[in-house]
Amino acid sequence: MPDYDEYLARIYEVLRPFAKQGLLLNEDSELVTELGLTSLQVMELIEQIEDYFDISVPLNILPDIRTVRDLAQQLERLNT
Amino acid sequence: MSLFDKFQPLIDIRAELDKLGIMPFGAVTEKLLSATEGVVNGHEVILAGTNNYLGLTFDPECIAAARQALEEQGTGTTGSRMANGTFADHLRLEEELAAFFDRRHAIVFSTGYAATMGMCSTLAGPGDVIVLDADSHASIYDGVRLSGADIIRFRHNDAADLEKRLRRLGERTENTLIITEGIFSMLGDQAPLADIVEVKRKYGGMLLVDEAHSLGMLGEHGRGVAEQAGVEDDVDFVVGTFSKSLGAIGGYCVSNHPQLEAVRFATRSYIFTASPSPSVIASTRAALRIMQQRPELRERLWENAHRLYDGLRELGFQVSPQVSPVVAVTIEDRDQAIAWWNELLERGAYVNLVMPPASPTVHSLLRCSVSAAHAPQQIDRILDAFAGLKG
Repeated sequence: MPDYDEYLARIYEVLRPFAKQGLLLNEDSELVTELGLTSLQVMELIEQIEDYFDISVPLNILPDIRTVRDLAQQLERLNT
Repeated sequence: MSLFDKFQPLIDIRAELDKLGIMPFGAVTEKLLSATEGVVNGHEVILAGTNNYLGLTFDPECIAAARQALEEQGTGTTGSRMANGTFADHLRLEEELAAFFDRRHAIVFSTGYAATMGMCSTLAGPGDVIVLDADSHASIYDGVRLSGADIIRFRHNDAADLEKRLRRLGERTENTLIITEGIFSMLGDQAPLADIVEVKRKYGGMLLVDEAHSLGMLGEHGRGVAEQAGVEDDVDFVVGTFSKSLGAIGGYCVSNHPQLEAVRFATRSYIFTASPSPSVIASTRAALRIMQQRPELRERLWENAHRLYDGLRELGFQVSPQVSPVVAVTIEDRDQAIAWWNELLERGAYVNLVMPPASPTVHSLLRCSVSAAHAPQQIDRILDAFAGLKG
C-alpha cells in the first residue's frame, strides 16, 4: 500500500508538465491559484494518478484539495 | 472580499462581449416566423440551434390541443403534484409515456432539469456510489452533488474505464448507480451503451440513461440509444425532456422497477415545485402521438443531419466525431468563435456559441442542431453562412 511520500512523488511527477517554467514545486504549491491549472487540467492530473495507483478518487474530496499536500493527504486517506 | 468577487470572470467576459457589441448568451428571439425561421438580435435567420428536432413547436394538432386545455383547465395548476397539482391529464401522459417506452412506470416532472437532477439526487444517497460519464450534463452533476453519494467519474464514452472503476469498487457495486447519456448534448456523440451494459452485467449496479437529445431519433420506435443498442432491459431508468423533440417543456423518468412509485414521493424536484401547466401537458401528449404516427419526421431529421454534417466537413470545419442531429464545429480560438458566431448571425444562421467550461474540451463550439422541419434549401443556407466565414 503506497504511503504519503509515494503519493507525493507521483504528484510531482505528473505535475511537472503542467508547472510553469522555473517554478519550484513543493507541498505548499497551490494547484489552481499558483500553478494555474484549469478545472479540466486538475481532472487530467487526477486521472493520471488514478491510473497509476489503480484507484478511483471521488469528486466529493476535490473541494478539500488546494495544495499538493492536500492531494497527497487525501490519497493517503482513501487507502485507509 | 465580497460575495460578488467570484463572479468577476463572468463580469469580465460580459464586458468584453458588450464592447464588441455581441450578445451570444441570451440572444433575443424577437419574432418567430416558423419552427425554423425567426428574427434573432435584429437579424432574420434560419434557426439552427434550437433543439427543435422534430419541428413540432408550430404543429397545428399540438397548438389545438394546448389551446383546448388552456380554455378548459386554465393557465396553470398552481400547485405541486403532491397537493393540488395532479390533474387527470398528468396521469394520462404518464400512462402514455410508460406505454411508449414499454415500461411499467413513469413520472412526469415540470422540466427536464428537474427530472434528471431529481432522479440523480434521489436514487443514490449517502453510503452509495455514483459512477458517471465525465461529460455528463450539468443537471446530472447538480443532482449527484446533492445526493450525498460518493461520486466517481469515468472517461467519456470509455466502457473500459468504467469497468476499471466498477472493479475497484468490489462489493460496493451492489449499491452503485451508473449514469450516462444517450446522445450527448454538446458534441452529439452517442454512448456505447452495449459495451456499458456488458460491464454492468459483469459487475452489477443500476444504470440510468439520459435520453434528452435522443428521444424520437433512434431505435425502431424512437425510444433512443438504448432501444437502438438493443439493451433496454438493462437500462433501469430512462430520463428525458419534453423540451426538445416534443416541443414543449417538462421531463420524465420511466422504469420497470415498481419502487419508482416510492421514489416519486422522495424526489424533491417533483414535490416542491408546481406541476406542468395543462396546455404544456396537452401539447406534449399530442407531440408524443405525432412522433409515433409520423416516423417520416425522423427520416427527414437524419437526412438533414447528414446534409449539414457532410457539408460542414467538406467545407473543412472540424465537426463532431459522429453524425447526429447535433452538429458541433470545434473552434480552437475563443475570440474567433465569438466573432464567427456573430458573423453567422449576420449571414442568416443562428447557432449556439459554447465556450469552456460549458464545452467538453478547452476549445469553443459553434453548435448546430437540425430539425425535421428544415427544408434542404435551409440547410444549404446554413452551409452558405459557414462557407462565408472562410471568405
